[in-house]
Amino acid sequence: MQKLLLLGDEAIAQGALDAGISGIYAYPGTPSTEITEFIQNSKFAFDNHIHSSWSANEKTAMESALGMSYTGKRSMVCMKHVGLNVAADPFINSAITGANGGMIVVAADDPSMHSSQNEQDSRFFGKFALVPILEPSNQQEAYNMVLYGFDFSEKYKIPVLLRITTRLAHSRSGVVRAESVRKQNDLKMPEDLRQFVLLPVIARKRYKNLLKAHSAFIEESEKSPFNEYRDGADKSLGIIVCGIAQNYLMENYPDRNIPHPVLKIGQYPMPRKLVEKMADECNEILVLEDGYPMVEELLKGYLGRGLKIKGRLDGTLPRDGELNPNIIAVALGKPDTFGLPVPNLVVGRPPSLCSGCPHIDSYAALTETLSQLSNGRVFSDIGCYTLGALKPYEAINSCVDMGASITMAKGAADAGLIPAVAVIGDSTFTHSGMTGLLDAINDKSPITILILDNGTTAMTGGQDSPAFGKIENICKGLGVEEAHIRILKPLKKYHNENVAILQEELAYNGVSVIIPRRECIVAIDKRIRDKFKNK
Amino acid sequence: MKKDIILAGVGGQGIISIAAIIGYAALEQGMFLKQSEVHGMSQRGGEVMSNLRISHHEIASDLIPFGQADMIISIEPLESLRYLPYLSKEGWLVTNTTPLNNIPNYPDISSILEEVRKVPHHIALEADVLAKEAGSAKAANIVILGAASPFLGMAYEKLEDAIRFTFRKKGDKVIELNLAALKAGHDFANKHK
Repeated sequence: MQKLLLLGDEAIAQGALDAGISGIYAYPGTPSTEITEFIQNSKFAFDNHIHSSWSANEKTAMESALGMSYTGKRSMVCMKHVGLNVAADPFINSAITGANGGMIVVAADDPSMHSSQNEQDSRFFGKFALVPILEPSNQQEAYNMVLYGFDFSEKYKIPVLLRITTRLAHSRSGVVRAESVRKQNDLKMPEDLRQFVLLPVIARKRYKNLLKAHSAFIEESEKSPFNEYRDGADKSLGIIVCGIAQNYLMENYPDRNIPHPVLKIGQYPMPRKLVEKMADECNEILVLEDGYPMVEELLKGYLGRGLKIKGRLDGTLPRDGELNPNIIAVALGKPDTFGLPVPNLVVGRPPSLCSGCPHIDSYAALTETLSQLSNGRVFSDIGCYTLGALKPYEAINSCVDMGASITMAKGAADAGLIPAVAVIGDSTFTHSGMTGLLDAINDKSPITILILDNGTTAMTGGQDSPAFGKIENICKGLGVEEAHIRILKPLKKYHNENVAILQEELAYNGVSVIIPRRECIVAIDKRIRDKFKNK
Repeated sequence: MKKDIILAGVGGQGIISIAAIIGYAALEQGMFLKQSEVHGMSQRGGEVMSNLRISHHEIASDLIPFGQADMIISIEPLESLRYLPYLSKEGWLVTNTTPLNNIPNYPDISSILEEVRKVPHHIALEADVLAKEAGSAKAANIVILGAASPFLGMAYEKLEDAIRFTFRKKGDKVIELNLAALKAGHDFANKHK
């Protein structure tokens, strides 16, 4: 069959279509966004009524996927690593309820924080939940693992976690598809209609089942096609390599012959017997894993006595950041390579708000309004407008997690910082801001909330915003007084008017919501181009 | 044959298009390919780079090791210098000389070009001017691709075919314009290499 050139994300999406999913659920988040977009743009998905529209957040996405699995159909849910924090509650509990139709949870980690606020390793979540984890080393394996993962999920009635990293998600390579496409499952209720009722009396039984199944998962890992022990003559060192780190290892051996025994891990829980074989045969073990030193810690044990384990914890590899071929060359005692030094005159070019961006005018008005007050009052959130922290704006003082602007402003106001301001985007507001707003209304907190409404989920590339056309009604419905919901047009020519409105609302001793509304200029550009294209 | 290429520029300048064209030409010749891209936050007018690896043998790493790139292809002069640690001793630096100045502390352009000229094997050209002459300033990235073409280890015609394929939905005029841009870069490099 013909090779397709696919991003890791796209390979996963193609795998899901070929595995017969009935729906994919997600909230956009780099580096996971392209999985869902591939399915949204697929004619096959459209013709076969495969659900693919965006969810309000990762928690609602996870729960919807679980609901689809409940009915016996196959579902996939995708998110970036920090999205799994938002979805942690249903995720951990889905291991206890188990699945009915096959269910795969994709978590895309971002070591080196190319586009994130941390580099947490989702394998820990998988281990915590006691679900099996698949970790591909390349795009073909990513595709194959989706088919394998759905089979596994249906065999053991358990959600499967597929963990990828940015480098795999956003790298293209050839992928060969399976010979046949599987049909979607028919509706088929769980055999035990109390399977998903996690009352303590039932949950206790289900948890014991999960613990029992866990031994079977380890057995499956021992014989998994994705876990491979390759022997080598030089037993002074054994190498355990997880996921994409395998590629960086191979890069250091152009003839692909590695003199040491290598255990390649692509499926967890860890294959215990294979690890023991290596421990028996080798004097030292080098662990290469992108993300946190999870496998390394496991091998070291609490006291670290006995076998010598090398990796991120003993300084053989850097403790943080993404791996690359050079880091691994040095760990193997091979010479490092380096080109020319970067000339001193080279300065950084950080991302910035686009010229003409409505956020620029919103920040201009806000900064002027606050100029008479002491600094440090603006709690912000996750989106393009987070770039307002950088020069020349320096307009915000926090960015923690989706929705934290409103609740942090409320906490600060509770402590006496009055006025406190929250700045949040339209789709971040419906992702995780609404519940915090309810808290503020119930306490009549003296905070001013700017909901920057650019009509799209801009940072991740302009996906439809679940908030579109709903913001005022949501605010009214939650109880914001109508007189204190103000709409602005963030344009230079209305600057003085906007400052005046901001001043009025900052003076109000209660919750105000100000909505600067103007379409994202990249979205306008795209809309016009699409219109032109369709003519 | 194996070529490891660093593509550099500023978000929105079209390095992914260059990668797609070289990638298509490589695949048509039955080569293997790995191409790592930048998505998300850094696209907003920030520095962007892509690792493009093509080879007749299977490729291991998605990332090119430092000191081993055969080429840096850059659509912006300052960006061309940022990735020099990747370039091998015999490697070529092919860069646009037209600056994209969207930061307050953009260095003096003549100092930047002086640094470019220190790289043993380099081609530096005013791609924006050549692109305008070819019919559209938007084709600067294709001019740069043309300037890189003598070092790609593949027949020039394969790149022409790839351009015809890439722009097939945009009509003959756009194809011709881009072929002219490719040729302008190609001729410049052959004269100055």
